[in-house]
Order: sequence, then C-alpha cells, then structure tokens
Amino acid sequence: MATIYQDRVITAPVATPENQPYYDAAARGELLIKRCLACSAFHYHPRAICPHCFSDQTEWVVAKGEGTIYTFSVSRRVLPTAYAIAYVTLAEGVSMMTNIVDCDLDALEIGQAVKVVFKPSDGGPPVAMFTPV
Amino acid sequence: MSLKNQACIVGIYEHPTRKAPDKTIAQLHAEVAHGALADAGLSFRDIDGYACAGDAPGLGPLAMIDYMNLRVRHMDSTDTGGSSYLIHVMHAAEAIATGKADIVLVTLAGRPRSEGSSGTVPRNFGANAPDVPFELPYHAVTLNQYAMAAKRHMYEYGTTAEQLAWVKVAASHHAQHNPHAMLRDVVTVEEVVNSPMMSDPLHRLDCCVVSDGGGAVILARPEIARSLNKPVIKLLGAGSSIKALNGGDIDLTYTAGRYSGATAFAEAGVTPADIQYASIYDSFTITVIMQLEDLGFCKKGEGGKFVADGNLISGVGKLPFNTDGGGLCNNHPANRGGMTKIIEAVRQLRGEAHPKVQVPNCGLALAHGTGGVISSRHGSATLIMERA
Repeated sequence: MATIYQDRVITAPVATPENQPYYDAAARGELLIKRCLACSAFHYHPRAICPHCFSDQTEWVVAKGEGTIYTFSVSRRVLPTAYAIAYVTLAEGVSMMTNIVDCDLDALEIGQAVKVVFKPSDGGPPVAMFTPV
Repeated sequence: MSLKNQACIVGIYEHPTRKAPDKTIAQLHAEVAHGALADAGLSFRDIDGYACAGDAPGLGPLAMIDYMNLRVRHMDSTDTGGSSYLIHVMHAAEAIATGKADIVLVTLAGRPRSEGSSGTVPRNFGANAPDVPFELPYHAVTLNQYAMAAKRHMYEYGTTAEQLAWVKVAASHHAQHNPHAMLRDVVTVEEVVNSPMMSDPLHRLDCCVVSDGGGAVILARPEIARSLNKPVIKLLGAGSSIKALNGGDIDLTYTAGRYSGATAFAEAGVTPADIQYASIYDSFTITVIMQLEDLGFCKKGEGGKFVADGNLISGVGKLPFNTDGGGLCNNHPANRGGMTKIIEAVRQLRGEAHPKVQVPNCGLALAHGTGGVISSRHGSATLIMERA
C-alpha cells in the first residue's frame, strides 16, 4: 500500500507585524526562527518576547532547514486527499508543526530525517513544509 | 485556604437531547439550568452565582444572566474548552468558601451536530491568535492533533491500537445501559481496530461522538446542601492547569493533568488508589490513557496496559470509568465533555447511576477534564468528590 502525496489547496497564513519577517523570508525560500540574545535559546513560533527567559532582545536566524520527525499523523478522512501533519524537530532544537510532503505518506516514520520545502498557499506567502531527505 | 469540604454539589442535570435543530443555544442552557434546579429542589431566585464558557452565546454570563433573569454576585466565564466546567466548579467553591456566593449554577449547551461542527474541521481563532498563522496552513484539526499525541505515545511506550481500543470497548459496555446514549452497541477490540482509519493511529471508533445537548451543575454551601433532599456530595479537592508548546521545546507524551491532578489529590488528602469511580475526559481513546497516567492511576507509559482487558468496565475492572458511556458513546455536547464528567461522578456518589454500572457503596469519585488540544495548548482540571 502506498499513499502518494498530492498537492492540496493550502490556507494562506495571515502575516502580522510580529511575524512579517518570517513570511518575507518564506517568499525567499528561507525558514526563519528566533534566538534570544539574552539566554541564547531558540524558540518557535517566533515572538517579540523570548518564551524561555522573557527577554525582549530576540533576533531572527535562518534555520538550516533540516530536522527529524517528532510525530506525525496521516489524515485520511479529513480532506478529499490524504495529508500528513507532523511536528518536526529542527537541527536547532525547536519543534514546529508542519506537513510532510512529496513522498509516500505510508512510509513515514518518527525519527526520519527531513528537509524544508516551501509550498504555495492560496493567495498568501509560501508555507514551510518538509520532505524526507 | 483549602476548598476541602467548603462546598457541595446539590444539583445535576444532563439534557436528554442528542440533536436539537429546533432549539436555540440559550434555550438549551436555560433548560439544563431548569433541570438542575428541579434536581436540587431550588428556585432560580436562590442562585447568586453563575458560570458558563465559550459555548454560551454573546458575552457568556452577560447574555445568559439576562436571558434567565438571574441576580448574581459571583460570575465566571473561564474558557479552557471542554475542561472549563470543572474549573467553574472550583471557582464556585472558592466563591462559596470566601462568602462571595451561596448557590452557584454552571451550565453548558451547544448544537455542534445540528451545526455541522466536529473535530475534523479546523478551528480558526483568527490571526490575532498568535499560533493560528503557524498551524492553520497545515490543516490542523482536533482529530489529527490528538492522533499525533497517540503516535508519539505508541513510539515512546509501545502503546498499541488494541490497548487504545479497550477504552472504547469499556465505554460501550456502559453505554448499552443508557437509553440516551448515541452509540449503545457493545463493540469489541477487533471492531474498533477494523473501523475506518481516520487519522493514524486513530480509527473512527477511537473518536467521541458529535452531539447536541448540554448539562448543568449547582453548588451550594454545606449547610444548604444538608437542608435539601439529596445525598450530600462534598468537594474534597480541585486543581487546574494549562500546558502548551513550551516555546517549541515539546514533549507531547503528557498533559496538564499531571499538575491539576497533583493539586486536587493533595487538597483532598487522598491517593489514586482510594478512588472508586473516575470520570475521565474521553474525546479520543488516547486522551483517557494519557490522563490516567498523568493523574497517577498508573506509571507514565503504562496507561495502555492499565486500560486493557476490561480494567475500566464497571463490575469487571479495578477502575470503573465513564459509566454513562462517556463522550465515546453517550454524548459530547458542544464538543465539550467536562460537564457530563461531573454529572456522572455525582450520579455514582448518589447511587443514581444505572444499576448495571453503579459502583457499590461509591464514596469517593474523581472527575477530570481536558479542553483544547492535547498536542498543543490545553487546559486540564480535576475534581475529587466524596459522599458525606
């Protein structure tokens, strides 16, 4: 059995003043995360105030775009096409919700290495998704 | 200050409807209030405190207090999804203990079945919710987010689909005796794991029902409770907490029940081994397994083994749970199951559960709720109650 990924219409994320740089970078094919200048910890999703130490000194960092699947689920009866929702733990240590794409969804495993790809959204900026390496 | 023995649950009511296209949500709230007042033997003029959550229309207490024409000095609109009502009970007990209220009504009602709302539809709270832009594009729905927690639990602890299925099997054994339950057929482990795969690893029968309806509870100070004609059910302990994504440093194998449960048990001065009946939030089978671990009924990772072989079936296993059939079989009004968890626990303590599922001499019960999404942000609340 195989469930080959199919493109679907992706709801456009609504950019806000706080996350605009993230979506500007996505349009360039870059995945941005934030790092705290006070405690050096990365966090996701990006915020003005560090959620680890509450410093207001945070900076944008281009993530390597590499990670591993922390968990996932192939939703088979939610949309007309099956899709895989997941949390991917990035090389920088933070985990983010995403979709796993461009592969056989039935072959996915927790711990699998993945890399970022960007998929177009419906009238908005591209969205960071991941595909097996 | 402790809440132990400071307030009692004196009225309960579960709406019998499971589909109510011809009633308004406000009407359903008022109907469950009416039912709980009749159960308690009180008048609506006796109420001086009121709580409801986001299932209520408008600004919640403002709309409903106007609609029911209540006169209150305590009000609460805490909204942590399906666990809200247990928190309302805790806050009501606090108000009663501090003299800010004497008799507090809590209501829940909704019509997701009539309105086509379920756990397979994204919940878009708008771009002002900071998580929404980072989750909505991935088509995160309640179903697949609970499925991700289940997947990780299986990976870390070896939990199996068959163990998940035992939760549904137990609920179905109870629901067969509930004439109001949506699903009354007893199911087997094989039937659960062979039902359609919704979102790996959750099958259709791992999911709760979608129902219209509602419920209400009324709390009062102990001297009022003793003057009424029902068994006196005392609140011994309560706790609440919220767990979220920790800035991206995640662990999806446990819930905020770890904290709410510890608080409630400490206040009550009892242990999980003392509990004779437990209402455990059952949006999905995995929800039950993780909460049982987090509440201390078994070690972390051993929830699957704990629920297997009928251990949750009344009269069969060690921990009778959700003897009304729970959200998995009975109802899940407003897609929020916390209220019915309280109600069935009180029925058990009163000896008013169906005779086929009544726990003999049930003196100590727990009700636990989880609201929101177990693999992102959710609120947990725990109540421990005792028959006086």
